[in-house]
Amino acid sequence: MQRKRNSIKLSALFMLALLFLFMATAAGAAMTDPSTGLTNIFAPESTPAKSIVDLSLLVLVITGIIFVVVFTLLVYSIVKFRGKAVDAGREPAQVYGSTQIELAWTVIPILIVVVLFLATGRTIHAIQDAPEPATALEVTAIGHQFWWEFRYPRLGIVTANELHIPVSDAAHPTPTFLRLLSADTDHSLWIPQLAGKADLIPNHPNSMWVDPHRTGVYLGQCAQYCGTQHAKMLLRVSVDSEEEFKAWVHAQQQPAVEDEKVILGKRVFETTACINCHAINGTVANGRFGPDLTHLMSRSTIGSGAAENTKENLRQWIENPDAIKPGSLMPAMKLSDSDFDALTAYMETLR
Amino acid sequence: MSANAIVIQSAQVVDRTWIETLHEWLTTVDHKRLGILYVVYGLFFFVVGGIEALIIRIQLMHSHNTFVSPQVFNRMFTMHGTTMIFFVVMPILFGFANYLVPLMIGARDMAFPRLNAFSFWLSALGGFLLYFSFLGGSGLYGAGNAPDVGWWAYAPLGARAFSPGHSSDYWTLSLLVSGFGSIGTAINIIATVLCMRCPGMKLGRMPLLVWLYLVQAGMVLIAITPLSAAQIMLLIDRYLGGHFFDTQAGGSAVLWMHFFWIFGHPEVYILIIPAFAFLSEIIPVFSRKPIFGYPVMVAATVAIGLVSTSVWAHHMFTIGMNSYANSFFALTTMAVGVPTGIKIFNWIGTMWGGKIQFKVPMLFCIGFLVQFLIAGLTGIMQAAVPFDWQLTLSYFVVAHFHYVIVGGILFALFGAFYYWYPKMTGRMPSESLGKWHFWLFLIGFHLTFDVMHIPGLLGMPRRIYTYEPGRGWDTLNLIITIGAFIQAIAILLFVANLIISYFKGARAGNDPWDAWTLEWSISSPPPAYNFASVPTVASRRPLWDLKHPEDPDSRYE
Repeated sequence: MQRKRNSIKLSALFMLALLFLFMATAAGAAMTDPSTGLTNIFAPESTPAKSIVDLSLLVLVITGIIFVVVFTLLVYSIVKFRGKAVDAGREPAQVYGSTQIELAWTVIPILIVVVLFLATGRTIHAIQDAPEPATALEVTAIGHQFWWEFRYPRLGIVTANELHIPVSDAAHPTPTFLRLLSADTDHSLWIPQLAGKADLIPNHPNSMWVDPHRTGVYLGQCAQYCGTQHAKMLLRVSVDSEEEFKAWVHAQQQPAVEDEKVILGKRVFETTACINCHAINGTVANGRFGPDLTHLMSRSTIGSGAAENTKENLRQWIENPDAIKPGSLMPAMKLSDSDFDALTAYMETLR
Repeated sequence: MSANAIVIQSAQVVDRTWIETLHEWLTTVDHKRLGILYVVYGLFFFVVGGIEALIIRIQLMHSHNTFVSPQVFNRMFTMHGTTMIFFVVMPILFGFANYLVPLMIGARDMAFPRLNAFSFWLSALGGFLLYFSFLGGSGLYGAGNAPDVGWWAYAPLGARAFSPGHSSDYWTLSLLVSGFGSIGTAINIIATVLCMRCPGMKLGRMPLLVWLYLVQAGMVLIAITPLSAAQIMLLIDRYLGGHFFDTQAGGSAVLWMHFFWIFGHPEVYILIIPAFAFLSEIIPVFSRKPIFGYPVMVAATVAIGLVSTSVWAHHMFTIGMNSYANSFFALTTMAVGVPTGIKIFNWIGTMWGGKIQFKVPMLFCIGFLVQFLIAGLTGIMQAAVPFDWQLTLSYFVVAHFHYVIVGGILFALFGAFYYWYPKMTGRMPSESLGKWHFWLFLIGFHLTFDVMHIPGLLGMPRRIYTYEPGRGWDTLNLIITIGAFIQAIAILLFVANLIISYFKGARAGNDPWDAWTLEWSISSPPPAYNFASVPTVASRRPLWDLKHPEDPDSRYE
């Protein structure tokens, strides 16, 4: 009977071990898959994110040691002090406590807290109180339901959803310092590979900075629940080389492309409600409620990442945004099919 | 006949119709009946909140799923969180307090029986109000909907501009109403513990459960107040032209956060301290030793209660407080981990050198110890503020707090259910069904919540109704959902056990577990008057003294 019970316990423990092995494998596979690198907090490409990983390694080592020690003690006590049938009726020694042991396991945790706190305080200060160099690029990010407005005040640029910033060389750094505001509810700007997240709270300006070391596209999204389409308030950060960035800035600073072929669509835009919400530099449209459309075609997605920026998606979006992003604040425009076609053709010229 | 029961002649026992029984239950002021009402109420909403969780998990099974709309999803996570905290865990914990505290101190009832009943029905009204929103909370999306602002309702999302209709009002009112119910119960617990202990039961001789509920009740009084104040201010904003949190008119969203989290953080300690209480009663009995370090366990609990009122802004590390404020809250948050960790050591110290019996309540306590250790450590990780800037608002923190609430509090609650079920019903719960419940729930729990940490590390934020493919989140979310369903099956086994054992379980005597506190000295279930004559105690374990007259605790304390 005892043998059978033991073998059941052993097979149960074996199954549990298999389960943990399976989970560890799934975890390992997920974290080393190259496609997951895009939002992996342990693949930092910028100083704030790197400082966080450095701190996290210290924290994980300390907490790991604590776990191993306490877990071992627990398993040992379960195994060593399990009651056996022969014990029935005899109680073990009734120990009430031990001052020395309790003192020890109070003092040691306090020391651990001191070490952790000092390391934490240092990293907080290094990231939050980093001075802004003169070479920094200044960007103002304004959170909206459910899109991002980006302004480059010194460059006279207003764009939306997809951020372009220069790569920063450790030799002569060109970090980007972001001022964080909100037009409506709380949002949070999170690009895991570049920095920890920072909230955009109305009436409460906030700030953060990044200095990406490598060119490329980095992904992120809003991290503070802001309403129906919080899930599709995606972020796309293009870290450009110095030349690429200069070219992008120059292009963004130009007014909208004037193309005679799409004059019909431009008329539709200017004479319907579009101009109430949207701005197109060089036209009468200067609405600020929705994204700036002057260089719409320079973006790879529409609806703040809700869909690829293709002709079909764009037309669908204008006709019925709820089909792509239900609950977004852009109303269905209810125009005729020919008006939609003309509008889409016009939008497609706004490079 | 024992001195703990009064013999009633059969001619005095009257059969009652079902209406009279119903009336008796609806008008009862007996702490035991109210305790059971609280627990059954909480269990009902547990199933409801669990269904909401399953809806969430089905939607998140893979990227771009369309099981529910974003509007419905947002209502689901709002209702799931609000329900579980305010209408499941709080009522069940107050139910156990009501049932056990008077019995453990040798009292006839709580200090204020009618306040007790009033508090229960007020809390019950709160739950009803919240769920009535499905019918009555008209909003922009059509007639009748539940709140969808998250269980914290961050300003200005709760303002009229962003929450039209009445869905948020149902959230506000239900919390306001049940908050007053909680205050009533807290007052009752404190008065009962301070004034109604039996002769010989000095404060230093109370069972640890009673001490911990005393601290918890004090924290309820401190924490519910700012929540109630915030709800009233929100109503003033929404209906009386106030602008406390109205950022469009100069109000402060951050102010709401402070008010909410000054409530919210002590609230989670209000939830966990009774779990500590259950462990402190169950582990000694199944290790056959007294609790290791009783005075320090009391002191640590008081310390936790005090320090936990100073950590609240660790929920606000990303809002842009300056580095000094962030550092302060990092320090207090790490500091509160010290007395909490000490308790784990004391429980292991209790088991050390004992003769451990692996009955179902003890299995759940052992699960608690492992899981609460892990949960505490992931909490320390988030106290390292810059690390928190990555971890917060992601599935890492969702995994962390479910580890505490499910892996910790719920496991301790299951232990308490199995341990005190014989006392409350007079029947033993099925040990084999209990073991099936334990192992199945353990597997499902770890499958879901161990894995859930990883999408957080891979950048998955919380409160999203869908997500992009190609981020590496799909397979992990599928595993998480499978674990959720395994847990659901285990819960069904638990409910089945509660019901079947009530009718078919072996009769439990006064003291099926060979325990040492006063509730085990009377019949199962106890008579309406609890104790035939007021007991006198000379130590922390009066029944140990009775069973071991050659070696009583009173000689050593």
